[in-house]
Order: sequence, then structure tokens, then C-alpha cells
Amino acid sequence: MHSYVIKRLLSAILVMWAVATLVFFAMRLIPADPAQVVLGDYASQELIEAFRHKMGLDLPILQQYRSFLVGVLQGDFGRSMVTGRPVAEQIFTLFPYTLSLALASLLIGSAIGIPLGVITAIRRNTIVDSLGRLFALAGFSFPAFYLAVILLIVFSVNLKWFPVVHSVSQEASLLEHLHKLVLPALSLGLIQASFIARLTRSAMLETLSQDYVRTAHAKGLPRRVVFYKHALRNVLIPVVTAMGLYTGQILGGAVLTETVFSRPGLGKLLVGAISQRDYTLIQSGVLMFAFVVLSVNLLVDLSYALFDPRVKYD
Amino acid sequence: MTDATASPSSAKRNRFTAAFKILAFDKAASIGCLIVLTFCLVALFAPLIAPFDPTEQHILDSLKSPNALYWLGTDEYGRDLFSRMIYGTRPALFVGVLSIVVSIAIGVPIGLVAGYRLGWFDRVIGWLIDVMLSFPSLLLALMMVTLLGSSMVTLVAVIGFSYVPVFVRLTRSSALVVSNLEFVAASRSFGASDLRIIWRHILPNVLGPIIVMGSLSIAGAIRDEASLSFLGMGIQPPSPSWGNLIRDGIGVILQSPWVAVAPGLALTLSVLAFNMMGDSLRDMLDPRDLASSGEKK
Repeated sequence: MHSYVIKRLLSAILVMWAVATLVFFAMRLIPADPAQVVLGDYASQELIEAFRHKMGLDLPILQQYRSFLVGVLQGDFGRSMVTGRPVAEQIFTLFPYTLSLALASLLIGSAIGIPLGVITAIRRNTIVDSLGRLFALAGFSFPAFYLAVILLIVFSVNLKWFPVVHSVSQEASLLEHLHKLVLPALSLGLIQASFIARLTRSAMLETLSQDYVRTAHAKGLPRRVVFYKHALRNVLIPVVTAMGLYTGQILGGAVLTETVFSRPGLGKLLVGAISQRDYTLIQSGVLMFAFVVLSVNLLVDLSYALFDPRVKYD
Repeated sequence: MTDATASPSSAKRNRFTAAFKILAFDKAASIGCLIVLTFCLVALFAPLIAPFDPTEQHILDSLKSPNALYWLGTDEYGRDLFSRMIYGTRPALFVGVLSIVVSIAIGVPIGLVAGYRLGWFDRVIGWLIDVMLSFPSLLLALMMVTLLGSSMVTLVAVIGFSYVPVFVRLTRSSALVVSNLEFVAASRSFGASDLRIIWRHILPNVLGPIIVMGSLSIAGAIRDEASLSFLGMGIQPPSPSWGNLIRDGIGVILQSPWVAVAPGLALTLSVLAFNMMGDSLRDMLDPRDLASSGEKK
């Protein structure tokens, strides 16, 4: 177990280094001069030179790369080229918003998707199954940002249950935070539910055809016990794996959802940084996303043993 | 040698004949095909179908609700939404289909070689794929658009590139299974070169999952194009794309909520159609999945 964890950790660190390197050099490949982009077309040459010196852009590229890596290791991501604020401060201020959105949507997705997948598998080829599969196919096809727009039109514009703009300050009460989390989390969560339902159904059907399930039925166990105690536990492994793999998609969806709802978060920050060509913010934001995706995948890998005692990491 | 390879080839032919049959007789697949075909015709004959030029402004008629003249109403510049939606079909299909062609053209050969040869090449490719998959694909696309600028060609390249890992992984795993089968060993023992084995024996036997994934990925690529355009990084106004039409709709959501609805429906319908086709093909071409799901179309 320990050697497996160490091996996976080292691999994750190596991938993170590759991501950091890729992002750093990709940003330097942009033909435009960042100083010129930030200061505008009418900035004087002296001003541009001063800005380049201040941001360390006049240093040799390898020296910039070394400073960047050392900074990242120390949790110092540099300063935003546009606002001059420390990037780490901006990222860590907004990260909880994106994290809460991702977790809430995953919660909604699992709460709807897993039972729906189980029920459609148990009641295979019935009307319940057909309706469940229709929901899954529709959810699978609905772009999250379009669903967000529809929810906004129905619940904010027409019913007025929620505000149109979901900006929320740090000082807001927990209730206000939750109120403004409902629609964004629903728009992402319903899409996740369709993914999870499809996967759960397919895994459940495969599990139900296994010998041990037949044996459990044969020895007279109630159907409920067979389905929910014996089968479901094995179904959870592929489902949890897929949920881990969907982290990237959830975060990608969060970028769009935060934009639709004007909700603060890493995604909205990054889209703003990209449109303003704020290179330091872009590279650190992307790195943060990659870090989250890799961490979740690592946790998912390590959680297999929790769901299936047969899994050994030797 | 002929004997050794005849069986998989005929099996392959049977599979594809059956795949075409299912497209013709399966209800979901037929509906999917029909919708895709309709979108293709709409894209092709857009100038004949659209009643107005998609960029023509009628300022006095801005934000008109749907009526006899403007079937889906107008946007804030008075442009006919129906015409813009019709023309929006073009970038969606163009980018969606071509980007997946690009990703297949890059990903499949890499996956074939990695799965067949294994060794250091496979390890390096596996690691690079891990690196690429650690970015959310939308972010990867956003970053690349920042680097390359936004145009239709850039979108094809960017979205295509973001799907390469999917096809490398899929092809690699399928090629790995096929390259261990007896008919491949038989070909090798008859002195067939690696290139011939990959081209003649492995590729035809891994095409099924690639076609399924291709259909599902086109759906994803159409969604990605719309997402990038929605974020202002894809097709640039005044050229219409479903994504930038929805974006326009967000700006006027309080006064004219319908502006965002119609292009989103077109987007969802096209994604749904490709998903329906992909799902049906998967049921057909993946007997294991079919057996496990216990459903026969």
C-alpha cells in the first residue's frame, strides 16, 4: 500500500511539473508582448521597459522559469499583471466558491444519478427504465451553460425565486451563500446526474448478471438486500472512478456556469484573465485546476479499497 | 495467411453491415440520423432557407418578440434570430465534424503504434496523455485560443487537439487486445511487416469503437465550439454561432428571454442527435455491453 501511494504521488508530482512547464512556456510563446498588451498601444517605451523590469520579464527565460517554479513550490504565484494583486491571494479567495459549486453539483448528481441508475437497471425494459434512459440521454446532451440559462429564465426572470446576478460577497450569511448556490449547482448537478445514472445503470446490470448475485437470490435473501447490500457496493467502484474522471468536466462546466450566473469563482477569474491576457494569473489558475484534477484522481485511486476489500495495492 | 485473416475480416464486414442495418431500423439511430441529415441540409442551403442576411441590422425592430416577419424575433441590433440560428448551423457542424477528423487523424495512429509496439513509446505517450488529461479540456482549448487567436481554423485545431487523448487511449487499449489475438501472431509468423499488420489487421478491428467514439465526440465538439463562442473566444460577432447567440441572449435576458432559448435548443438537438447515433452504434458494435445490458434493439 505504502509503495503504491508513493509511486502514485511521485507520478502526480511529475505530471504537475510537466503541466507547470507546459503552461509557463506556452504563455511565453504568445507572439504579443505582455507588457504592451497590459499597458496598451499608447504606452511609452520607458513605461513598457519599467513594467517588464518590474514583472521580471526582462530576465532570461530560464531564469524566469526557475523563479516561477521556486515561487510555486513556496506558494507564491507572483502578482497579477493587470491588477498587481498577489495571484495566490486571488486564487485562494475564490477557490472556496468554485469548490462549493463543484461539491454541491456532485452531491446533486450523485443523489439523483445513483438511485436513478439503480432503479432503471432493476426495472430494466419497463416504462421506468425508458424514462430514466431518456432523462440520461437528454442530460448528456444538454450543454451545462444552456441549462443554466433556462434555469435563470424560469426561476429568476419569471418566478423571481432567485436573483439574476448571483454575485455573493464573503460577508454574506450562510443562508445567502446557499440560496445563491442552488441554481448554479442544479445546472451542473443535473448534467452530472445523467452521466452518473448512465454509468450506474450499466455497472448495475453487469453486476446483477454475476454468479454471486444469483447465489444471493437463490438462498432466499430479500431483493432489497441483494440489490442494495450486495450489488450496489460493487457498482460504486466504476461510479466513483468515473466521478473522479469527471472532475475536469465539472471544473470546465464551472467556468461556464460561473460566467452565466456572474458568480465569483476560479473559472470566472480565469476567463477574465484570458480576455485581459493576464499571463501570471492564467498560468497559476490553470495550474490550480490541474492540481485539483490530479488530487481528486489520486484520492479516487486510493479510495478503491474502501469500496472493495478485494482491492490490494501491492 | 488468407485463412488466418479471413475470419476477422468477414466478422468485421458482418459487424459493419449490421451497423448500417441498425442505423436504418433502430428507432433512436434513425431519428438521430434524420436530425443530423436535416442539420447538414440546413447548413448547406442556409442562404435559401434564411429569410434575412444574418448580419443585416434593422435597428428600429430591435428585440422584437417572435412574429410573422421575424419567426424567432430579433436581437438588440434588430437582426433576425431565425436567420442567425440557421447560419449558426454551419460553424457548429464544420468545427464539430472537422475537429474530430483531426483528432482521429492524430490520435488513432499514435494509439495503434503505442498499443502494438508498447515499450518506451507507449510509456512516453501514456505520460503525455496523463498531462493533457489533467487540464479540463475547455481550459486547454481556452488557453490555446489565447495563444493562437480565434478563427474557425483555430477552433478546429484547438478542439481537435483536446480530443486527441481520448482517441489515443481508446485505440491503444483496443490495439493492445487485438495485437494479442492469434490471427495477428499468424500474420507475424508469415513474415508480415509491423506496418502491414497494423494497417491490414489491427486497424480494421479497432474501427468499431473509434466510430462510436467519433460520433459521441462530434457531439462534444459541437458543445465545445458553442462553449468557446459563448465565452467570447470562438466565432466572433457579427458572424453567428449558437454559442455567441446564447451569449447575446444573456445580455438581454430580462427584456427578451427568448433570444437565448432558440439557439440553445438547436445546439441541444444537434448534440442529442449525434449522441443517439453513437449510443445505438455502441450497442451494436460492443457485444459485451449489449450482453450486459441485456437489451436488443
